[in-house]
Amino acid sequence: MTGEPLLQVRGLHTYIPTSRGVVRAVDGVDLDIGRGQALGVVGESGSGKSVMARAVMGLLPAHARSTGQVLFDGVDLLTLGRRQREQVWGRRIAMIFQDPGRSLNPVVRIERQLTEGMRRHLGLSRTSAHESALRLLTEVGVPDPERRLRNYPHELSGGMRQRVMIAMALTCGPELLIADEPTTALDVTIQRQVLDLLRRVQTSHGTALMLISHDLAVVAGRTDRVSVMYAGRLAEVGATREVFRAPQHRYTQALLGATPTVDHRRHTPLNLIPGAMASPVDPPPGCRFSPRCEFTVPGCTRPGPDLVRVGDDHEVACLNPVSVAPGGELVGR
Amino acid sequence: MAGSGTAHLRAEGDSLLRVEGLQVEYRMRGGTFKAVDGISFDVGKGETLGIVGESGCGKSTTGRAVLRLDPIAAGRICYAGEWIESVPERRMRELRREMQMIFQDPVASLNPRRAVKDLVVEGLTIKGVAARERETAAQEVLAQVGLPGVRFAGLVARQLSGGQAQRVAIGRALALSPRLLICDEPVSALDVSVQAQILNLIERLKQEFDLTVVFIAHDLGVVRAVSDNVLVMYLGKVCEFGDAVEVYDQPAHPYTRALLDSVPLTDPDQGFAGPALGGDLPSPLEPPTGCRFRSRCPTAQDRCSLEEPVMREVRRGQFAACHFPLT
Repeated sequence: MTGEPLLQVRGLHTYIPTSRGVVRAVDGVDLDIGRGQALGVVGESGSGKSVMARAVMGLLPAHARSTGQVLFDGVDLLTLGRRQREQVWGRRIAMIFQDPGRSLNPVVRIERQLTEGMRRHLGLSRTSAHESALRLLTEVGVPDPERRLRNYPHELSGGMRQRVMIAMALTCGPELLIADEPTTALDVTIQRQVLDLLRRVQTSHGTALMLISHDLAVVAGRTDRVSVMYAGRLAEVGATREVFRAPQHRYTQALLGATPTVDHRRHTPLNLIPGAMASPVDPPPGCRFSPRCEFTVPGCTRPGPDLVRVGDDHEVACLNPVSVAPGGELVGR
Repeated sequence: MAGSGTAHLRAEGDSLLRVEGLQVEYRMRGGTFKAVDGISFDVGKGETLGIVGESGCGKSTTGRAVLRLDPIAAGRICYAGEWIESVPERRMRELRREMQMIFQDPVASLNPRRAVKDLVVEGLTIKGVAARERETAAQEVLAQVGLPGVRFAGLVARQLSGGQAQRVAIGRALALSPRLLICDEPVSALDVSVQAQILNLIERLKQEFDLTVVFIAHDLGVVRAVSDNVLVMYLGKVCEFGDAVEVYDQPAHPYTRALLDSVPLTDPDQGFAGPALGGDLPSPLEPPTGCRFRSRCPTAQDRCSLEEPVMREVRRGQFAACHFPLT
C-alpha cells in the first residue's frame, strides 16, 4: 500500500435493531485508505457497503450501534465528542450520494446550498464565498456558473446536480471524499463524465476517494485498491489490478462472470449465482457465501474464514480460493 | 440522429411486428412534446430486438405504444399481419394476450396482497378459464419460471424478493401463451447476480416457447447478451439499426460509438474504450434542428443542423441515420 494511512477502519461492526431482529449490516470489516488513494468498495444490495460508509461518516440513525475503530488521521471518530466530530465530518471528510435530486434542498437556490459549508466551516464572507462557489462550479464543469448559482435544483439535469454535489463536497478541501453509488442514477454518457470528474478531482487535489458501487466496472479502472463485500463482511481485498485480473474469492469470480459486458457473446448464458443474499439477521454460520457457493469444502460452515494473504497486496477470505496467485503463498493455512 | 426513414425495414410479411413512422406525443404546459418522433423498426418471428438509449430517448414509450398503452399520434403498427394502430380497443384487449409486457419494477407491478398462485393466472381468470384448469396452469407456470409451487404458491407478493417478483411477472405473461414479449428494463432494478438469473430465464423461455422479444434497456452489456438486432435511439429518433454484433463491434453512428465508449470496462488497465461525450441532453421540448444529436456530436458539420438525416445502409444489414457515418 502506498502513502501514509489516512483512514483505517478496524473491526467495524454496525448492528441495527429492527422489528425483525438485529440486522448485522456490517459484521467485522477492516479498511485502509492512504492519502490521495482511491479505494473501491464493491458489493450487491445487503453487502453492507453503504452502511459501512455511513458509519464512517457518522450518518447512521441514533439506534444503530457501531463498535470497533474508525481511525481518521490517527483519531478514532467513534469516540470523539460531537464538537470535535463536526470538525471532521463535512470538512475533512465529505460525502456524495446516489441521488443528487434528493440530497439537495429543492426550495433553496444552488448558491446558498453551495456556500453554506464554506461560510460555516471556513468563516468566509458572502462575497468571497460567492467567488469560491463560482470557481468550484467552473472546476467541476458546470457551464454558465453565474446563472446556475441562481437556479433551484429542479432546474438542473441529473448530471449537473451531481456536479453541484461534488462541488459542495469540495468546498472545504476535504482529505477524503466518500462517493456512494455516485453515478447509479445517471445515464451512461453522463456517468462517464462524472467518473472522469471524480478521477480528476482526486488527482488534482490529492483527495483520497472511497468509491462505492454495485458495478464492478465502475470501480475497476478508477481505483488503486478494492474491497469486495458480501453480507456485511469482506470477501476479498487488494490491489484493483490483482483482484480483477485474478479474483481469488469464489464470490468475486462468480460476480464478474454474471456481469454482462459489451463484448458478451450473444445468447450464451451468463454465469449464474444461485439463490439469494444471506439474511442479515440470521446469517449462515461460517462463510456467508457458502450456501450459494459451488466450491465449498467441509470447513466452510465453521466460524470464519479470516482474510489470508495470497499476493503482494491481495487478501481473500475463502478456504477454497480460485488458485494460488503466482509468486504468492497462502499464509496462515 | 434524427433518423427517420424506413430503409432498414424488411419486406412486409417477413416480420411478426412492424412499426412505421411511429409518433407519440404528450401534452404539457407550453405545448406538445414528441416523446417518439417517427421511428420505424421490425422484429422477425423468434428474434430478439434490443432497444437501447438513454433517458428521454423514447425507448419505453415505444414499447408501450406498440401495445397501445400510450396514444399513437401517427404511424402504423403491424402485428402478425394485422394493422393494429386503429383497431377497436376490444380487439386490442384480445391482442394484448399474445403481446405481453414485463416492467422494470416487479414489486410495484404486482398487487402486494395477492397470492402468487392467483397472480400468475390472473390473465386466465379474466379470460374466463375454469378454476381447476387455472390451478394446474399456475403450477406449470411457476415451475417454468423457477418458483416451485410447494414453497411459493401460497406466498403473497410482498413476501417476495425483487428477483422472485420478476419471475412471477414473467410467469403472468407466460400463462397467456404469448407470441410477443415486450420487456421494459426487466433487470435494471435487480442486483447483478439476480439479473443474470432473470436474463438466463428470459433466454430459456424464448427458446422453449418460440417467443419474439422486444428488449428495452439502458445497459449496453445486457442488451448485447440477449439481442439479435439492436435499435439505438436518441431523443425520440432512431440512430442506428442492425445486427447486434456488427453494431457493437463497428458502430456506424457517432452516438452509438459514444455510448460504447462511455461504458466502464471491467479491465483494470482500461478505464473506457474511448473518449467521453461532452455536453448534456438537450431539452426534448426544443430539440436541435436537423440531426438531434448534432449538439453533442464530435463530427457534426453545417449540414447536420440544416437537414435531418434518414436511415441508410452503411454496411450490409447495418443502417444509420447520419450524414457522416463512421466507417
